[in-house]
Amino acid sequence: MSYNLSNLLYLVTIVAFVLALRFLSNPAHARRGNQIGAAGMLLAIVVTWIKVGSTSWWAIAIAMLIGGSFGAVAARKVRMTAMPQMVALFNGVGGGAAALIALAELHRVLPLPGAPKVDISLGIVLSALIGAISFAGSMVAFGKLQELVSGRPITYAGQQFVNGALFVAALGCAVALVAGVQDEWLLWVTIGASLLFGVLFVLPIGGADMPVVISLLNAFTGLAVALGGFELENNVLIVSGMLVGASGTLLTLMMGRAMNRSIANVLFGAFGKVAVTAGGAADGDGDRSVRSASAEDVAVMLAYANKVVFVPGYGLAVAQAQHDVRQLADLLEEKGVEVSYAIHPVAGRMPGHMNVLLAEANVPYPQLKEMEEANPEFSRTDVAVVVGANDVVNPDARSNQGSPIYGMPILNVDEAQTVVVLKRSMNPGFAGIENPLFYNPKTVMLFGDAKESITKLAADVKSL
Amino acid sequence: MSHNTLLVFEVTILVLAIFLGIEVISKVPTLLHTPLMSGTNAIHGVVIVGAMIVLGQPGKSAFTWVVGFAAVVLASANVVGGFVVTDRMLEMFKSRERPKKQDGE
Repeated sequence: MSYNLSNLLYLVTIVAFVLALRFLSNPAHARRGNQIGAAGMLLAIVVTWIKVGSTSWWAIAIAMLIGGSFGAVAARKVRMTAMPQMVALFNGVGGGAAALIALAELHRVLPLPGAPKVDISLGIVLSALIGAISFAGSMVAFGKLQELVSGRPITYAGQQFVNGALFVAALGCAVALVAGVQDEWLLWVTIGASLLFGVLFVLPIGGADMPVVISLLNAFTGLAVALGGFELENNVLIVSGMLVGASGTLLTLMMGRAMNRSIANVLFGAFGKVAVTAGGAADGDGDRSVRSASAEDVAVMLAYANKVVFVPGYGLAVAQAQHDVRQLADLLEEKGVEVSYAIHPVAGRMPGHMNVLLAEANVPYPQLKEMEEANPEFSRTDVAVVVGANDVVNPDARSNQGSPIYGMPILNVDEAQTVVVLKRSMNPGFAGIENPLFYNPKTVMLFGDAKESITKLAADVKSL
Repeated sequence: MSHNTLLVFEVTILVLAIFLGIEVISKVPTLLHTPLMSGTNAIHGVVIVGAMIVLGQPGKSAFTWVVGFAAVVLASANVVGGFVVTDRMLEMFKSRERPKKQDGE
């Protein structure tokens, strides 16, 4: 296939990718977009297949079969709650592939007469460096979310120094290579140090912040792929990789904004480690009492309300109670209650993860309200039901400057007539931050396992 | 095309791609941010093109052979896994059949 024809066909692939992202602006045709993207990918693979010709075609086929079947099986089997670690895994292997390509390219160009062109060697070293960081970091993120590695931030003295030293070592070797030192082991050191850096850089980040990390590493892999495009002089890699790099960066920043934390704070703050003692002191701990209610009482409250808003958090997903919540909502709707779901942008383990989990339980997406849409509604809501959410409804984020989450935008559930909080016990949540909502006189607590409580509520509503 | 002309051209499309990426993403509602992440994840699976080029080089050393093979394996896992996971997620977003209200309401 001629150079021009293959590049024109690659352009079709690029357009397909852009359309795939464009179609994601509306859930009604988002799936079609993804199919267009997949078709574009298939085209790129076919074009490359023809370009490469008969060389090692069987090796390519076998490798594709191995990788593809692993990907297909893993992607089919994974539960929706485990989606974030699956994305981390697929992201990591992409970064790994970029690093390997860099290694092979350097091996090819070094023995050629004359020094490699600066832009090619720059592409090689950067894509090796970034790809390796993304690979190792994603694997640790996968391990943390899969609970193979502790989700708690792991810190030790001199950590920043060790990380800094590793990064400088990786960068130093990379610079030497670009400057013209023609030694392959420099790239090995770059990759080795980057791998180690990737591991050590993600280890101290708490499990709750993993979504931000995955999003960032996603951008990294995109960038590594784009740089791989420079070393292979291939447009489809440059454009598609950079599309992902740019969008991943933007998404990471948006997530930081939703938590009112800078990306630097997420990456280097070891959040969840220091937070434990900070909250508390807001109002005298003296006469704070908690009101608890039985499922029957809450069922009556819900059934005779005009408007009920569910506020789901990750606790809901852990308890696998999405389906039960939807059933309860259906029963309430039959009784003429207006039901919706208020979803905080960082609820779940990934931005928008909660929407996926509720969609899986067949909740229609028009009922899923984003924070900006949900907040003005709370003042005319009779009952807000908080299921397994904690920090995202913590009023301290609005009013207590001493709170570690001060300034984070929250769902203002305390504006509702009544707040029902489903919670296992009074233990503070994942991040260990005190929540005055539980002591609000408007709040009633329904203690117990979320799934059991919801099932009980549904049974009681039914019998009314 | 001389090498430098090609490079300038490549940098041009790289910069345009940055703006395109930002532009397209800012229209995606938070509702779909998880599929967005896994969708972009699938797109960077295009690295498979590079992996195939490496493994398909004529007259390559054993080293390149092994590294290229591993790269194709990893990249195909990225491509297939990424698109399948995204499809599974997007399939679930339905706007449903509103519950039938009684007539006269």
